[in-house]
Amino acid sequence: MDIQAIRQDFPILKRSVNNNPLIYFDNAATTQKPRQVIDAIRDFYENHNANVHRAVHTLSLEATDLYEKSREKISKFVNAKEPSEIVFVRGTTEAVNLVAYSWGLSNLGRGDEVLVSLMEHHSNIVPWEITGKLKGFTIKYADVKADGTLDYDDFESKFSPKTKIACLSHVSNVTGVINDVKRISKAARDNGALMLVDGAQSVPHLPVDVQDLDVDFLAFSGHKMLGPTGIGVLYGRKEVLEEMPPFQGGGEMIKEVDFSQAKGCSIIWNDLPWKFEAGTPNVCGAIGLAEAVKYLQGIGMDNLLSYEKDLTTYAVERMRECSKITVYGPSDLSKKCGIIPFTVKDLSSHDVALICDNYGIMIRSGYHCAQPLHEDILKIHSSDRASFYVYNTREEVDRFVEVLKEIEQL
Amino acid sequence: MPTLEDYVARVEGTCGAEKDVIVFFKYDKKDEAIGTILKKAKLNNKIAGIIFELTFENFSFRLYTSGKAIFRSVKNREELNDLLAKLLL
Repeated sequence: MDIQAIRQDFPILKRSVNNNPLIYFDNAATTQKPRQVIDAIRDFYENHNANVHRAVHTLSLEATDLYEKSREKISKFVNAKEPSEIVFVRGTTEAVNLVAYSWGLSNLGRGDEVLVSLMEHHSNIVPWEITGKLKGFTIKYADVKADGTLDYDDFESKFSPKTKIACLSHVSNVTGVINDVKRISKAARDNGALMLVDGAQSVPHLPVDVQDLDVDFLAFSGHKMLGPTGIGVLYGRKEVLEEMPPFQGGGEMIKEVDFSQAKGCSIIWNDLPWKFEAGTPNVCGAIGLAEAVKYLQGIGMDNLLSYEKDLTTYAVERMRECSKITVYGPSDLSKKCGIIPFTVKDLSSHDVALICDNYGIMIRSGYHCAQPLHEDILKIHSSDRASFYVYNTREEVDRFVEVLKEIEQL
Repeated sequence: MPTLEDYVARVEGTCGAEKDVIVFFKYDKKDEAIGTILKKAKLNNKIAGIIFELTFENFSFRLYTSGKAIFRSVKNREELNDLLAKLLL
């Protein structure tokens, strides 16, 4: 991999922040965009912009073609059986909400259980808590070990005949821990439950194959994988999606709305996946995301993962030179992606992030939308998080550690 | 007559158990804001040339040369606005 050539594709990396070269280590929150994605978006608006489906004019046909080809590309990227299993949504959060509201409200009730882990992002907790209160089902939480790895025995022991769905993040957005989704999927199958995977931090960073993982749902966001904001994907196993009612109503998601004064309104839902895409979709977002997928495929997901793991190992080793810094997560770095949570003794996470910002280094501070993991497992009130992507370098890590060493002296 | 809106771009509560408040000064006004605040508040410590630890009327806060300030013990937005008005106007 030629990292310097890759860096040339990202215009934003040329800018400075607070009179320092930009070092962008907040990739778990969102990633920067390569020129290829920016150009694809510009090309769409400059040459092909129209609403998709149904119109017969040339621009609409072009836009529809680009939109549906994007679905095909993304479908192949995660190895879905067919493009109709790919539903475009706003992001991971909307994808999980779609499942919780559409599948959850029509399949769960009093006495049923939803099994989630304590390491989940709030977006894989709150939709279940809300719908649980509406329908009276229970949410059970599987434990996480002190090093941030999943307690598999606890997770598996919490399955019961009442469990209807298990929900797990593939990669933790706080610790970068990679979960053995396949193992939990098998447990879900053995117990007659469905399996939902939050792939927000995995699809951008490692090869993901929904058939191999044997999951029913996979949710991920475009903006965390070089694509634009406002576009994401819900992969759903066709047989499950077909049985689900629509999430939202409106145009696009219906085949017929037949009305008579005598009988009222009779509605026939559209086919998959459009049944779940009410209203004008984010056409340009889907096209941008497909271009991002093409870019990632050009690098190769195995290459990307290997590079990130190498960079993470290097960063953790260098950060261990700092006596006042505590790095959280498993000591076995082969179990994690490029996310490093840490604290600096006697300094609040926000102070550390603000000081880094002064030096042009962008890191995250706070709970990272995972309060239970912070408070109940890691036993900290907040943390700083450095998270890497394919354009980050060892030289940037060296500069980061230099700044951390200065911070230690404060 | 200048107002707080002339200087303050955004105020955000921090994420985490600490209920801190971060004030983001407008980029083109940050140097003026920092200068005014440094004239009024008591400087306790200057760290690495980029952080000022300050006290003003029993409130301790940190001011960053990048144009941000982090306040720790303000009770609510009203109290913060009052404090900012005294510091900036």
